[in-house]
Formats: sequence, C-alpha cells, structure tokens
Amino acid sequence: MRKNLNVIAAYSIMMVLILMVGIFQSWNIALSIFNLCLISAVMTMGANIQWGYAGLINFGIMGYTALGGLAAVLISVDPVQEAWRAGGFDILMSLWLIVVMVLVIRFILKRFEKSKIRTYSIATIIISGILLIRFSAEPGIEAIEAVDPAKTGFLGGFGLPIIFSWIVGALFAGGLAFIVGKVALGLRADYLAIATLLISEIVIAIIKHEDWLTRGVKNVIGLKRPAPYEVDLQTTDWFIKLVEKFNSGKLSVIENLADRQAALNQLVIEGSSVFVKLCYSGLFLVVVIILLILTQKALYSPWGRMMRAIRDNEEAANAMGKNVVKQHLLIFILGSAIVGIAGAMLVTQDGLFTPGSYRPMRYTFLIWVMVIVGGSGNNFGAILGGFVVWFLWIEAAPISLFLINFFTAGIPETNALKAHLIESVPYFRFLLMGLGLLFIMRYRPKGILPEKIEIK
Amino acid sequence: MDFVNAIILLLNYIFIPALTYGSQLALGAIFVTLIYGILRFANFATGDMMSFGTMMTILFTWYFQSLGVSLGVLPTALLAIPFGIIFMILYMLLIDKFVFKYYRNQKSPPVQFAMVSIGVMFVTQAVVRIIIGPGDRRFFDGEKFIIKAREFKEMTGLNEGLTLKSTQVITIFVTIVLVSLLFWFLNRTKTGKSMKAYSDNEDLALLSGIDPKKIVLVTWVIAGILATIGGALYGLDKSFKPFTYFNNMLPIFAAAIVGGIGNPFGAFLGGYVIAFSEILLTYAYKKFFMYILPESMEPNSLVQLLSTDYKFAVSFSILVIVLIYRPSGIFKGKVL
Repeated sequence: MRKNLNVIAAYSIMMVLILMVGIFQSWNIALSIFNLCLISAVMTMGANIQWGYAGLINFGIMGYTALGGLAAVLISVDPVQEAWRAGGFDILMSLWLIVVMVLVIRFILKRFEKSKIRTYSIATIIISGILLIRFSAEPGIEAIEAVDPAKTGFLGGFGLPIIFSWIVGALFAGGLAFIVGKVALGLRADYLAIATLLISEIVIAIIKHEDWLTRGVKNVIGLKRPAPYEVDLQTTDWFIKLVEKFNSGKLSVIENLADRQAALNQLVIEGSSVFVKLCYSGLFLVVVIILLILTQKALYSPWGRMMRAIRDNEEAANAMGKNVVKQHLLIFILGSAIVGIAGAMLVTQDGLFTPGSYRPMRYTFLIWVMVIVGGSGNNFGAILGGFVVWFLWIEAAPISLFLINFFTAGIPETNALKAHLIESVPYFRFLLMGLGLLFIMRYRPKGILPEKIEIK
Repeated sequence: MDFVNAIILLLNYIFIPALTYGSQLALGAIFVTLIYGILRFANFATGDMMSFGTMMTILFTWYFQSLGVSLGVLPTALLAIPFGIIFMILYMLLIDKFVFKYYRNQKSPPVQFAMVSIGVMFVTQAVVRIIIGPGDRRFFDGEKFIIKAREFKEMTGLNEGLTLKSTQVITIFVTIVLVSLLFWFLNRTKTGKSMKAYSDNEDLALLSGIDPKKIVLVTWVIAGILATIGGALYGLDKSFKPFTYFNNMLPIFAAAIVGGIGNPFGAFLGGYVIAFSEILLTYAYKKFFMYILPESMEPNSLVQLLSTDYKFAVSFSILVIVLIYRPSGIFKGKVL
C-alpha cells in the first residue's frame, strides 16, 4: 500500500480535478473530458508498450487511430446495395488482383536468390500491377461514387453493431503494423520515428481520397450507437422517473405545477445527455481495465522481462538466444492494435468519421507528450499521462484566459495587446504542452510515475 | 510547332514549378541535414522554426511598408529578410542555451533529442500562432509576373503560354547564390572544414583543438539563415500559414534522407528529387500527348499516374523505398 501511495495520490488529484469541472462548469463537460481521457489512456497504453516496454519509437499513432475509425465505419454502416451492384464486381476483381500480385511476389522472393534481376522484376510487377489495378478499378470506383453522392457514394459496411469494430479496428491496425514493422523496424530509432510518421501520412492520404471506401472528406455521419439516444430517453418513462427521483429536493421547492413540469423537462434534457455519456464511460472503463490487467500481467511475466532485456541491451538479449527482430515486430503489432481499438472507440463516441480531422499534432505528438509526461514503462503512469494531458489540453484555454486577465488586471479592456492576447487564448494550449514536455524531460525524465520494476 | 508547344507546356507546368518548390525544399533539407550532421539529432521543430523566421520577416515587411520603404519592382520582403534572420538566429540560440545544451552536455541519445525537439515544436507553434495568428497571410508586393502567358503567346505566336512569376525567379536565384556560398564556406574556409571534421568524428575533432562551442554557434547561425530564407521564399511564392509550414516538415525530411542525411549536397539534390517526382507523377499528361501524338492516337483519359491528392504520399513513398533499399541515401550520407 505504502509504495503505491504516489499512484493513489496522483489518481485522486486527477479525479478531484474532473469532479471540480463537473461542479463548477457542468457535468456534461466533465464527462466528455473523462471519456476522452479514457480513450487517450488506451492510446497511451498502446504507445507505452511499444516505447516503454521495448524502446520502439512509433510516430504513426495517427495512422492506426484512423484505421480504427475506418473499422467503425466499415462494421456499422449498412451496406449500400446499389453501390455494390454498380461497382462491387470491379472492386472485388481489383482485390483479387492485389492478392495475386502479393502471392506472385512472395513466390519470386522464395524461389529465387537475391539478385538485381529479382529486385527489378519485383519492381516491375509492383508498378505494372498498380497501373493495372488503377485502370481496372476506375470504372467501378466512378460508378460507386456516382450513387447518390450527397448521401452515400461509397460501398458502406456490414451493418453490424459498432462494438465489434473495436476488435476489427485492432485487427486492421495490427495488420498495418505488420507491414510497417516488416519494412521499417530495422531502422535506427530516429529514422524509425520519421518513417512511421510519413507512413501514417500516406495512410491518411489514402483514407481521405479513396471515396468509394471511406467517403473521404465528405465524412460519414450518424453512425449507430451502442448507447441509447438522448431523444429516446427523453420520452422514456423510467428515465423521467429516475431524473425526478434524483432531483426531488430541487423540484419540490417549486410550487407552481406548470413551472415544475418545465423545470423537470429541462432536467430530463440535461440528464439524458449525461446518461448517454455515462454509458460510454462505462464501456470505455471496461476496456481500459481489461487492457490494464492484461498489460500489467504481461509486464511482470517472463515475456515482459525479456522485452525489458531486449530494450536495455539488444546484443546481450540476442546472445541469450532471444529473437529480437521477431519480438520487436510482435510488440509493434500489439501496441498498434491497442491504438486501433482507441481509434474505433473514438469514432464510436463521436458517431461520425471525419478523415480530414486526423492531424499529427493531435493524434501523434500529443499522445507522445502523454506517454512521456505520465511515465514510460509504467502502465499506471501512461494512463495518468493520458488523463493529465487531455485535461490540460481542454482546460488550457480557460486557465490561460484567467491568467491573462489576472496579470493584465490594471490594463483597460481596449488595450491592443490585451485584446490580442485574449483573442489568441486557444493557442496557449500548445505553449502549455510544449513547456510541460520540456520541463518533464529536463527535471523528471522518467515521467510523473516512473517505471518501477520489482525483482522478486 | 506542336513539339515546341509540348515543351513549353512541360516547362510551364512541371519544370519551373518543380524547380521553385525543389529550391524551397532544398534549403529546408540542408537545414535538417546540418543539424543532424553536427548537432546529431532529427529536428522535429524544423517546419515551425521556418515559420518563426518567416513570421519575423513578415512583421518587418509590414513595418517597412508602413514607413513607405519599398524596393520598387522587387518585394519588400527581400529587405526584411536580413532582420528576420537576426531574430531567427537569436531565437535558435536562446532555445539552444535553455534546451538543447543540457542534453548535449549529458550526451543524451538522439531519441531524447528528438523528443525534446517536439517540445520545442509545440512551443514555437504556440509563439507563432500567438504573435501572428493561424490564418493565411500574403506579404508579396512589387511586380508579380516577369512573363505573362498572354504576352508570351503574342510574342511567339505559340498556342501554349509561358508564365514566369517573379517569385519563382527570385527563389531559384537566391537558392543558387546561397547554396554556392554555403558550399564555398564548408569546403574552403577553416571554420567550414572544422565543422565537417566535427561532424565526421567528434572526438578526433576535439583532440585537434576545434572549439565545440564555436561549431555549435556557427551551425545555428547557418541554420537560421537557411530556415528564414527558405521559409520566406516559400511564403512569398505561395502564402504563409503556420499549419502548412508544419506539414512542409515532412517532404523536407524526405528530401534530407533521400539525399543522404548529414550530406548537405545530397540534401540539396534531394529537394529537387522530391519536388520533381511529386509533380511528374501527379501531372495529367493529356495535353502533352495531344501535342506530340498524331490525332488518331490521342488519349481519352487524363493520363495521370496518380491523382494530385497523393502529392505528399509520393514523396513519402520514395522515402520509404530509399530507406529500405539504400538506407544511407542516394548520395551516401551517414549510415543509419
């Protein structure tokens, strides 16, 4: 108990902060911060098992998040029958062509010795294959995108409950990580960072512009929810009774019956959105707890010890007969898959998929700030980092507004500098994040909750 | 005649824009490569440092414009660039003193430097957005065109017009002058040679009496000049927007690595490799083939290898291919 005191203290402070937002701002804001904190925590856990356990640097988090989001769309949206009839055959043919191409390349790689001719022939196959696919798929793609472009214009998905997409998102992200890992894991650390960053940009470019699959920048809205809708709740009897019961003290003060009904309606509207957010919180909390248990088990298992050995001294681990390349690939896939889950969760919560919103600042670098600030190698630290950084990211604007007003209290409102500062309040969050990262790196390089390995 | 038209077409839509864009990338790429070669880290704050330098240039441009000072046909920004450079260098030295120096003395691994540079990236982004805002800014003034398409058509009697913007000429001219000066400095002067020695082998360089403080100082000064001029030229040619500059970091990295990181000449050429491949692969060649092929063979489609949406993806794919097959870059930089 004693040795975990700092963990408990840190989490209690965090919870108190969120509760304070609930009391002073509103419960809606507090819960939406809390939900995004949970999603961020899943992302940081993914990044943490790559960086903290194995020392692999992955700046491609944005790409895996987006793939998770794509999974949410492909699983939950109903299939667009007309689009399938219009261009489904062409698309399936192209998919077959890709499979055939991959098989041929694999065959060549296995059958022939490494030589210049082999390299060139593989390059020729890839280039001609891409051209062939492009021309064979073109009519299909055009036909699909022409089907009611204002509403659909894409193939749609499988029409399954969106919860399944959390698993499929993990599979998608893991699949991408397998390819990326095969290609890039041999690189030195800072090159791996650049390569993964650029590959994630390629992924985003594809998601943004392949309209037949993702609707691209036209966005997919109105995804099905795993939680009830506010509108339905507001007309449900048991929910209205529940709200009445919760607020009986407040309502009984109001004498007038009509006034009381109006107040109740207002409370029901507010309550319904809080209730929906609570449903999400519950779902997300389950995911976070399951992942936390699994990652903690992994950390203290022989496998976790091996990963730390590989991280701390690759050559020695290799000499002890551990397959470093294979383990690196494995952990790269695992970490990315977790990020994929988070991506699907994010889209589930928002109910919409906007490829244009995936930007490296928000989905890669911010997550890294969370990992570093929280404490790499420590799962509790990573989750805490997700909470602290997301909380500050959201609350930075009000905090800096308060500070500006405090320090310029003597200056009149019309002062140009003061007005300019107040206008640029939203950008102080970058400053806060940057300074926070720099200070933590300098004075507490292991993060708020440092890695602590007990040798039993 | 059709053949000449086809050439003009390529010149107008591929060659000149790619040369301009390539020059802008090349300056950034040399900046990245110098920092990597001498200070030994991948600087993720590259794009934002360039936007800081450009911002200072814009502020001085506005100041000069308010004073009524101008260069006539040339943009006022050219006058403001030296002042922008001074502030850029001061900012870089300040950051070096308070941030990077500590890790240099600790001999931290490059990954830690990269993480720290992300902190610097956040801070710089905030500073730029707080001072000048996130919006699109154009600060070009003076004569916009050297050759206008219509005039060119009238002059030569060709079907295709050739447009030559003054910013394009300025960009290419300034880049050539600056890069020649830089290579002269690196290869001919004592300081430049000692920088190369320091980059090759730090311990040996220190043993032979090279002052590391001076090397670091000179590196930041050159980096400041490159970052400000590269950023300002890009801003003059297109427009200044902090977010675009952050994004430009990616093709710049690609250029530096494709050219062979740590090798300034490689970075210079890498900029053009990236720019030309981006534009060559995403250009629609329909009109070109209409000129050179007989009428019966004219293509129906756009003859475009990739849609322009994939412009960035092209350069990143090139980078990935280079990383796999030739990790030291085309022109043999440091081995990764």
